[in-house]
Amino acid sequence: MLSRVADSLYWMSRYLERAENTTRLLDVTLTQMLDPGEASTEARWRRLVAALGDPPGLEWNGDLDSMAQMLVFDGANRASVKYCIDLARENARQVREEISTEQWQRLNRLFHHIHSAHATEQFHRTTGDMLSSIVDGIHLFKGVSDTTMLHGQGWHFIRLGRYLERAYATATLLEVFQPGLTLSERESTSYRYLEQVGVLRSCTAFEAYCQVYTADLSGDRILEFLLLNRLFPHAILYSVESTLHAIQSIQRNSNRKPPDELIACIGRLHAMLGFTTINEVMTGNPVAFLHSIRQQCLYIHGLIYRYYVHYSIHSALSA
Amino acid sequence: MDAGVSSQFDFLFGNYPLDGAFDEMRDADGAVRPHYQALIEDIARLPVEELQRRKQSADLSFLTQGITFTVYGREEGTERIFPYDLLPRVVTAQEWSRIEKGLTQRIMALNEFLRDVYSDAKILADRVVPRELVYSCRHYRRQMREFQVPRNVYIAVVGSDLLRLNSGEFVVLEDNLRVPSGVSYMLTNRRVMKRTFPKLFHSYGVRPIEHYPQQLLATLRSLAPEGRTEPNIVLLTPGVFNSAYFEHTYLARQMGVELVEGRDLVTHDNVVYMRTTDGLKRVDVIYRRVDDDFSDPLAFRPDSALGCPGLFNAYRAANVTVANAFGTGLADDKALYAYVPKIIRYYLNEDPILNNVETFLMTEDIQRRHVIANLDKLVVKAVGESGGYGMLIGPQSTAKQQEEFARQIEANPRNYIAQPTLDFSRAPCLIGDKLEPRHVDLRPYILFGDKIHIVPGGLTRVALERGSLVVNSSQGGGSKDTWVLQ
Repeated sequence: MLSRVADSLYWMSRYLERAENTTRLLDVTLTQMLDPGEASTEARWRRLVAALGDPPGLEWNGDLDSMAQMLVFDGANRASVKYCIDLARENARQVREEISTEQWQRLNRLFHHIHSAHATEQFHRTTGDMLSSIVDGIHLFKGVSDTTMLHGQGWHFIRLGRYLERAYATATLLEVFQPGLTLSERESTSYRYLEQVGVLRSCTAFEAYCQVYTADLSGDRILEFLLLNRLFPHAILYSVESTLHAIQSIQRNSNRKPPDELIACIGRLHAMLGFTTINEVMTGNPVAFLHSIRQQCLYIHGLIYRYYVHYSIHSALSA
Repeated sequence: MDAGVSSQFDFLFGNYPLDGAFDEMRDADGAVRPHYQALIEDIARLPVEELQRRKQSADLSFLTQGITFTVYGREEGTERIFPYDLLPRVVTAQEWSRIEKGLTQRIMALNEFLRDVYSDAKILADRVVPRELVYSCRHYRRQMREFQVPRNVYIAVVGSDLLRLNSGEFVVLEDNLRVPSGVSYMLTNRRVMKRTFPKLFHSYGVRPIEHYPQQLLATLRSLAPEGRTEPNIVLLTPGVFNSAYFEHTYLARQMGVELVEGRDLVTHDNVVYMRTTDGLKRVDVIYRRVDDDFSDPLAFRPDSALGCPGLFNAYRAANVTVANAFGTGLADDKALYAYVPKIIRYYLNEDPILNNVETFLMTEDIQRRHVIANLDKLVVKAVGESGGYGMLIGPQSTAKQQEEFARQIEANPRNYIAQPTLDFSRAPCLIGDKLEPRHVDLRPYILFGDKIHIVPGGLTRVALERGSLVVNSSQGGGSKDTWVLQ
């Protein structure tokens, strides 16, 4: 597969995952703000922005509605949902011959939806519905990707992009929320409960969590679930494992010498998560642990880019 | 014809003027020509609403398939469908046979002309074509001198524009020898036609055209460098912002070859590679949809980022074949066009089967004076432009536009030619609920590998505005399926 094509598929997928993550986080935060909590609206907004990785241009201006609208519709802001969808579509358009017609049509529909006057109007009327419709559109795209596309290298690059983005985003989210989650009882239980549900919902994890641990919420368990669960698709361990599988599948269909460093780096991250317990994480420094996951994701991204997309001609000729 | 069909027939033709122009469907007395008879009877059997419904379903099918082109000079990224007319244009076996022979002859001669000019230049020494006309051509490529192109084929892919004059004779208006486009419309028009009128199509004995992509692939394969038995063939596109990007993706998919951009290619030791996730893969044949100027910044325009640096050297080292060759635009220069009949006689010792349109050269003083005095009656074209840009259509122009062109012609006579305003043939189109005649041209697609191969048919372009003579997609033209009968 052409390197440029692989790169476009990877980024198309990363941008869509990012759009979904941002949309859901905003939806959850706005819902939470309906209940008075200890933290002010401003503090909650700051925490949301921090959980998105502190992108510039989202400094609190005192008006929640305009802030929220900016995060969804401001195409000039690189963190906005619209920007992510625009770029996902632009990447897809450049590899139109590699993706299925169904994929293209879903993505195109999503693109036209967020650009329509109807979407803005719906956002003002029923914000939650509008945000759900975005997430629905992205879910549809993922569904047709799995059912209509050849499960070859291109498909694996799409998965690679999705899970690497997800591992990174979840680690960022937890890094921001972990201190509050695992703090000793300070707030009254009902507010605390809402905060905890919020974190789980941000990862669509509330129902899955209840199936594993019942609705008895505790900070440590939430962290364990989102960090170390092997079966839940939004957990970091699951995402890293999927990243590893995607790389292995790409490798299997290739006659090029496997990049030792790349396999080693993903393997190391996988082992770091796979052979630890939540107690071990908590007795150590959980924030540093989460931060290290993010750093490793960035490094893995760099290696993928250098090995598959932007390798030097010299290295390729001598291989 | 029974009574119902007959009255429907009268209704459909309620607004169908016949005058001097050649009508593809009706002869001078208004009678329907034999090869259109069955078609028109069949159409007249359908209620108008049904015709319109089929037209809508055809349009929708273009839209959902994303068969669109980009219009330049407007808001960026304006994507439009190329309007499709429901009624096919029918060409008889006899007419086609003449077109086929004529184009074969013409392409052979033009290819030989390119070979000669870029090597011995005998035709210039013999003063059949003026030397200064060749060397002043913007598309002449000095870099191509003394280089033998693979199999001596310069123009592997050609799309010539034909018109039909009032006499019924087909003439060549333009030879597109650089990167002719539109073949994807020919193919998709046929597919839509088969879906819209399956029974009619089946009963008509139309020659198939669907094998074009395969034929193109075979042509490209036959031009591969020596010793490359399993050549890696790619299609080089300028990228997603090009107006014909859809066609590039379509052809790449139909041929099963990679669609590459300049940035996917690298050269090393005069060998071209493409970057893949499996490492570098050698490229043997490039079907290029990028103009000469933008193909290689080292050999041509240094400010172009679309091409692949070093491509031209790899080509000259015979490590990669590029089709069409560089410098072929010389032979479709609109001023050199006037010499094509002489070129045919010079190399083949035959009379041209397909004639040219009468052309005035602005470099000749007498002709230039005649043209400037008659700008309101003539069509003036810039020699290096295509797609209907840089044109003055005399009868439809204002005095101010004529003055402007007169000034430009005097300033740079080599850059312009003039032709009479042609009244070319018209074919019936569905306009609203009636059939009306509209001007049409014909662009057959010619492939030149081991030998010359012309797919029976081509793209019939339609000037959809009443009375308009401009068929270009960028200027409000449409298209229709072209049936060549067995």
